[in-house]
Amino acid sequence: MGNNGDENRKREMNLWEKLYFPEILHGMGITLRAFFRPKFTRQYPEERWVPPPVFRGRPVLVVEDETGVERCVACGLCARVCPSLAIQVQAAETELDKERYPELFEINMLRCIFCGFCEEVCPEEAIIMSKDYELNFSDPKDAIYGKDRLLTPASHLSDRLAFLKQYR
Amino acid sequence: MAKVTIEGKTVEVENGTTVIRAAAQAGVEIPHFCWHPGLSVAGNCRMCLVEIEKMPKLAIACATQVADGMVVHVNSEKAVEARKAVLEFILINHPLDCPICDEAGECNLQDYTYSHGPGHSALEEAKNKKPKRVPLGPNVVYDAERCIMCSRCIRFMDEIAKEPTLTFVERGDRVYIDTFPGKELNNPYSMNVIDICPVGALTNRDYRFKARVWETSSTEGICTGCSRGCNTNIWVRNNEILRLTPRLNSEVNNYWICDNGRLNSFGHVNSEKRLNTPLVRKDGALQEVGWDEALSSAADALKPFSKDEVAVIGSPYSSVEDNYILQKFAKQVLGTTNIDFLQHSVDGDEDTFLIRADKTPNAYGAREVGVSSSKGTDVKKIFELIGSGKIKALYVMDDDIVTSKETEELLAKLDVLIVNHWVESKTTQLADIVFPSATFAEKYGTYVNFLGRVQLSRPAVSTLEQERVPGRFNMSRLDNFGSAFDKWNKGQRRNVRSSWEIISAVANLLGGKIRFQSAQKVFDEVAQTNPSFKGLSYAKIGAKGAPLSKGPVGKKSKEETLV
Repeated sequence: MGNNGDENRKREMNLWEKLYFPEILHGMGITLRAFFRPKFTRQYPEERWVPPPVFRGRPVLVVEDETGVERCVACGLCARVCPSLAIQVQAAETELDKERYPELFEINMLRCIFCGFCEEVCPEEAIIMSKDYELNFSDPKDAIYGKDRLLTPASHLSDRLAFLKQYR
Repeated sequence: MAKVTIEGKTVEVENGTTVIRAAAQAGVEIPHFCWHPGLSVAGNCRMCLVEIEKMPKLAIACATQVADGMVVHVNSEKAVEARKAVLEFILINHPLDCPICDEAGECNLQDYTYSHGPGHSALEEAKNKKPKRVPLGPNVVYDAERCIMCSRCIRFMDEIAKEPTLTFVERGDRVYIDTFPGKELNNPYSMNVIDICPVGALTNRDYRFKARVWETSSTEGICTGCSRGCNTNIWVRNNEILRLTPRLNSEVNNYWICDNGRLNSFGHVNSEKRLNTPLVRKDGALQEVGWDEALSSAADALKPFSKDEVAVIGSPYSSVEDNYILQKFAKQVLGTTNIDFLQHSVDGDEDTFLIRADKTPNAYGAREVGVSSSKGTDVKKIFELIGSGKIKALYVMDDDIVTSKETEELLAKLDVLIVNHWVESKTTQLADIVFPSATFAEKYGTYVNFLGRVQLSRPAVSTLEQERVPGRFNMSRLDNFGSAFDKWNKGQRRNVRSSWEIISAVANLLGGKIRFQSAQKVFDEVAQTNPSFKGLSYAKIGAKGAPLSKGPVGKKSKEETLV
């Protein structure tokens, strides 16, 4: 122990390198060249990134635009497949044709790993991954998203729904 | 006797046995829908087709009787192909709505489609439309699209419930099941059709959409609705009982249970009126106190009375252990023979099948361990003595003894009334000290049914003291993979104790020596000291119960291996 470097990787410097100043100038030259290249930095809070449809942001529940009813039938398959047990669903009966709806639907966003399994398993295309990647909480309890924050009109999710259609 | 070879295994079975039963004895499973071991043979689903050597065509295992030297192939190519075709045929009009179907997870059709099915459908035509969500009766909802017309429910109503109510109507692919005109499915055993339905066509109105099967865990329990003591599975999620289903025990209830037991025998466990902490009367009102304070005030309250001034009332609702400790407390510590329990018989509310007039699970057991008036004072006499002021202190265990205005007035005359109970009742309202006690679903306890069969109930719901014990293979996914911090593990754990624990604590404060570590140890002492329980232990009782040594000895049944 006590040997900080790998002996095999040590290399004798040649005369040019040993002169020191030429290498310094070489490095500054690289820096100088970058001044004139295009900028990649995004001015984040002011300038936001809109992800492509393939992006997996936080899962949301799709609400049909015409009827205002969520597609979810509370089958619980998303909760079943969720590897981090982030989803909790409680079903109840409804007079609608779909017979059941989620009385309670909660996703713990601190647990969610954005794997998209819930979207993949959903038989109704009712839970899909949105473009929302900006999640922050000051209290762990705020991280549990209920139906109020999960329900999203289908018209806001047309990108992702169109993307998913290719793989149906 | 006939020697049959099934899948290379040779078994000797009685003449006249069907191939499907012989296969079960040989440990070979033959898939089936319409055949049920508790019902007659219909032979209409064709799922149990097997190849039998020297027979020209495939035969259905449920209706073919064995012959000596018969050789049966269950998994031969021909048989497998045939079953695949049968499944594809059944699935032609079966909707793909497993996600919203309550049966999913315990559905025979789903299981067999995975294990024997073709994996695809050759049909492009749309599926049939049929009546959905039809209420056949107060407790059963029928979905004709899901129905595979196995006729199990029809046969159940004809043969077991003995009230033909259901029948097929229409024919061909339009066939569905309906009640006879003017009738509804309101038989006291009607909900058994839900359990025997191999698909989700018949659903439980009480349990509809409450939970998915894989979210609940099941524990082997005993129905406490009457003195039959039907064997049940208790289905629990988030420390709350969601439903009861019957469990096979050919000595007691076979495959069946009555609707009342299924729906109403666990209501008090989840009740809103559940007691959750000991109460002591101070300044005229019951106030919440800790266990130590309540126990010592109970001991102090009982101390001043002589043995003739106290009485105890046991409970036919409580286990053998509770009643045994209570009579030990009465006889050894209080020194009284004023001990009995209240009968809860509903005359007329009984039948020749399962339902008994005695609505308590353990009257036999309570009497057997000595909570009885045979040598002492019976309930009637106890009430008389309370009226005349001779009995001044009363200990009531796990029962609501206020049955009339008169008893209410009588109990008000007492100097001291101590009550163990699980819910708030008229008796607890009159009491000076109330101990919250554990229900049948929260403790280990044995119950003796009217036939003298000792049966063990296990904790299905956790309390602060007692962890629940779901069977080894009956844990839900949430039990297996969840953590203690999960929301669905936050169900209330009540601050209750078993009555035998409470009473032995009071007894020890009064100078008695009743020390047991567990209900099992209590039962071991009962088995040692009481000749009726001789030779019994929790291990021996097991899942199916065991007869009292003087009780009628049951016959050994062959049905036990079949489901």
